[in-house]
Amino acid sequence: MQAVTKTLVELRSISKHFGEGEARVDALHEVTLSVGAGEVVGLLGPSGSGKSTLLNVIGAIVEPNEGWMRLDGEVVYDHRWLRRDLRRLRLEKIGFIFQFHNLLPFLDSTDNVALVLHLAGCPKDDSKRRAIDLLEYLQVGHRKHAMPSQLSGGEAQRVAIARALANHPRIILADEPTAALDSERAGIVMDLLRKLAAEQQAAIIGVTHDDKIIGRLDRIFRLRDGCLESTEESAAGRGGADQAGSSGTAESARASRAGARFDGSAPLR
Amino acid sequence: MNLAFRDIRHKLGRFVLTCLGLSLLLGVVVTMAGIYRGQTADALALVRSIQADVWVVQADTNGPFAESSRIPGNTREMIARIDGVITAGSVTFQAVQLTRNGRRLRLHVVGYEPGRPGGPVNLVAGRDITRSHYELIADRQTGLAIGDRLELGRYVYTVVGLTQGSVTLSGDSVVYMTLRDAQDLQFDVTPPEARREAARGARRANTDMVNAVVARISPNIPVEAVAEDVHRWKHLSALSEADQEAILTITVIERARRQLGLFMTILTVVSAVIISLIIYTLTMDKLREIATLKLIGAPDRTIIGLIVQQSLLMGVISFIAGTALVSAAKDWFPRRIVMDPTDLGILFAVVVVVCLLASALGVRVAVRVDPARALAG
Repeated sequence: MQAVTKTLVELRSISKHFGEGEARVDALHEVTLSVGAGEVVGLLGPSGSGKSTLLNVIGAIVEPNEGWMRLDGEVVYDHRWLRRDLRRLRLEKIGFIFQFHNLLPFLDSTDNVALVLHLAGCPKDDSKRRAIDLLEYLQVGHRKHAMPSQLSGGEAQRVAIARALANHPRIILADEPTAALDSERAGIVMDLLRKLAAEQQAAIIGVTHDDKIIGRLDRIFRLRDGCLESTEESAAGRGGADQAGSSGTAESARASRAGARFDGSAPLR
Repeated sequence: MNLAFRDIRHKLGRFVLTCLGLSLLLGVVVTMAGIYRGQTADALALVRSIQADVWVVQADTNGPFAESSRIPGNTREMIARIDGVITAGSVTFQAVQLTRNGRRLRLHVVGYEPGRPGGPVNLVAGRDITRSHYELIADRQTGLAIGDRLELGRYVYTVVGLTQGSVTLSGDSVVYMTLRDAQDLQFDVTPPEARREAARGARRANTDMVNAVVARISPNIPVEAVAEDVHRWKHLSALSEADQEAILTITVIERARRQLGLFMTILTVVSAVIISLIIYTLTMDKLREIATLKLIGAPDRTIIGLIVQQSLLMGVISFIAGTALVSAAKDWFPRRIVMDPTDLGILFAVVVVVCLLASALGVRVAVRVDPARALAG
């Protein structure tokens, strides 16, 4: 088991159904799980098993019918939560990475990243500077003025990751982040996500079908018919635990530097 | 960061083409308003150019423009003697149509007494009529030039002066000639016809008739007092210039005004529907982007702003382009187009309101977009 310092995502008895009566479909049934800071976990299961619904519930997009959820210490979906609170939660605490990157086609790479900061109230110049820092950190700084249509698949996905990271989210949700990439680029993206999880002490939850990626996850939650069938610890998780145990100080130092860099105060290597 | 501008810049060609189409439509709305104003201006041009304080016409008529009016030629002398009348002049009005250089020419002939009210005041070239016969002053719209000779009835007239903007309600150009010439043009018969009339023993009709007498009143005497004096003759009526203008605008062009108003309303509704459909289509094209915006935490006001700003930009740019287009092309229109700043201001406000209403459909779709749509493949 990885040396998890803090639980960022905690779901208890989450159930979600769509429709009523004969048309009722139980998408999730009493799902309970937790993900800690720095963990990279995967949601696996056949089509229709409830992976996307679960991702939407964790992403504060779909409200469950039963159960509760705690994200970074905040209990979500009780009677006090309003739509705008969920929006604020998504903006401040959750980063999304999509299968097809979903960059806004009318904004260049920098503005796609800066938009998230701008929405959070960051001044225009600071937003741009921090966006460029992130793009350079993800090695796509040379494409900062490129429109999404001018980017390759790998570059677009890196810009999308930069956007997901812009507001220092504590939870990053990735919906098949490597599906549109070849094996080599998929591996690079996964390594990058693992690195970011460690550096920023964020929890990364991804949906994937890619066997090559599954091996790089810390834990795997298998879903079937809306129920959590099993929780497996992968080789990477075991290795990660060893690594975390042995190099925790180095990881903390890197995370500290990354955080400083995103604040625009120090260079990142 | 203005998303509306960025989106427009991204698809600039489509936006420009859309604005171009819309500007033509709004240009037609502006043209309709301009035609109405032009029609009013044309209707009042002749009345105002005569600069009369009182119009003496046939009793119980709204003559001479709204109804026919015929009074004896010596009425002028009676009116001129009324206390307060500075000067008075007899005028006749008649429409003639002729073909000149293969082109049909419709003219509105005004007969007046040179040196007395009723003649042209907006002479832009040449001189006033100085001879008793066979001279005329024409409006530039006729295409006539000084020295041109024009055959009207049995006589040939020489153009000695030109006016600008002398037109009638129907847009016909005005030409001025002496009262005597105008009466001859109206009443003189050809020699064979005169011989036939003489042969059957018909009496020669009195041709010393005019359509109205126009008078200028001393500023110290109320117009109403002069009008009251005129009313003592039971065969005469007196109208002030304001009465004439009211008759022309309220009664004569009322139907045209309503018709143009109806067209403008229909076109405005059509514009609203078209803007709605354009905004709806643009929104439908952006559903995935809108879902992404919602997913990353953009508030509804950002998304509504994107749609409303695009709608307003489209409306405002199209209105300005349409107005500029009409302004540039108005001199080539067959009817006068007068672009009144107040009308343009009202139309602009209407376009802004229409754009706001038209974007409601797009906004309705956008705010209902499920953020989860961004995660769909």
